[in-house]
Amino acid sequence: MNRAFPVLGVLTAILLSYALYMALVVAPTEQTMGDVQRIFYYHVPSAWTAFILFTINLVASLVYLARRQPAADIVALVSAEVGVVFCTIVLVTGPIWARPVWGIWWTWDMRLTSTLVLWLIYVSYLVLRRFSASGETPVLAAALAIFGALCVPFVYFSIWFFRTQHPQPVMGGGGSIDPRMLHVLLINWLAFSCFAFLVCWSRYRLEKLQREVEQAQALASLAPRSPR
Amino acid sequence: MNGYLLAAYAATWIIHMAYLATLVGRYSRLKREIEELKKNQP
Repeated sequence: MNRAFPVLGVLTAILLSYALYMALVVAPTEQTMGDVQRIFYYHVPSAWTAFILFTINLVASLVYLARRQPAADIVALVSAEVGVVFCTIVLVTGPIWARPVWGIWWTWDMRLTSTLVLWLIYVSYLVLRRFSASGETPVLAAALAIFGALCVPFVYFSIWFFRTQHPQPVMGGGGSIDPRMLHVLLINWLAFSCFAFLVCWSRYRLEKLQREVEQAQALASLAPRSPR
Repeated sequence: MNGYLLAAYAATWIIHMAYLATLVGRYSRLKREIEELKKNQP
């Protein structure tokens, strides 16, 4: 597994470079928005990746609540942390796109507000995990994760069920997209998904090592000291 | 290149790199702790 990591890292870097080339050069320029529309190739895959990571967080949290497996707890923590990174990108790139297209950085419409709420829920999840010293923290965090995950479909379907300023979904729900643009979008999503997987993998190994070190430190503090 | 497009792409990679830098920092700290544990072992 350790040998596979650098190989996958190089492949992901190549895929990310190819995806960037496709987004900037190959994808056709949108007629009304111009080049600003290309933000979409980073904004949308980041949102999809965040949604998938939050769903993984839900599954891992449920497994932890049912079986109390430490590995499930680590997967839950890692997926939430990386998910927050991707969700932050969504919240940053969205307003950068909105300013030239809508004329405003932000509006309190249903999609934008629910995404901000989703981000705040998972940030509070990470704050709870970081600062609570209680032994019940993983259980409390797993319960919070269930509420956070309930927000994910709400965010996704908010543009179907509410009148919002946000563009309609690119697949289904009344939206449409040029097939060449869809192709570039899917390549970017694949590239960011591979990148997210590698980051999660590194973070998982780091968290596992950290727990082993903490355990060793606790054991070392209990060991009898040799007389001087 | 459009300024907004550049800003969005740059922001994306700055956020990713900042997060990766925190991971590297945590890993370095952990390595130091492992060295200390090894030193203190009888």
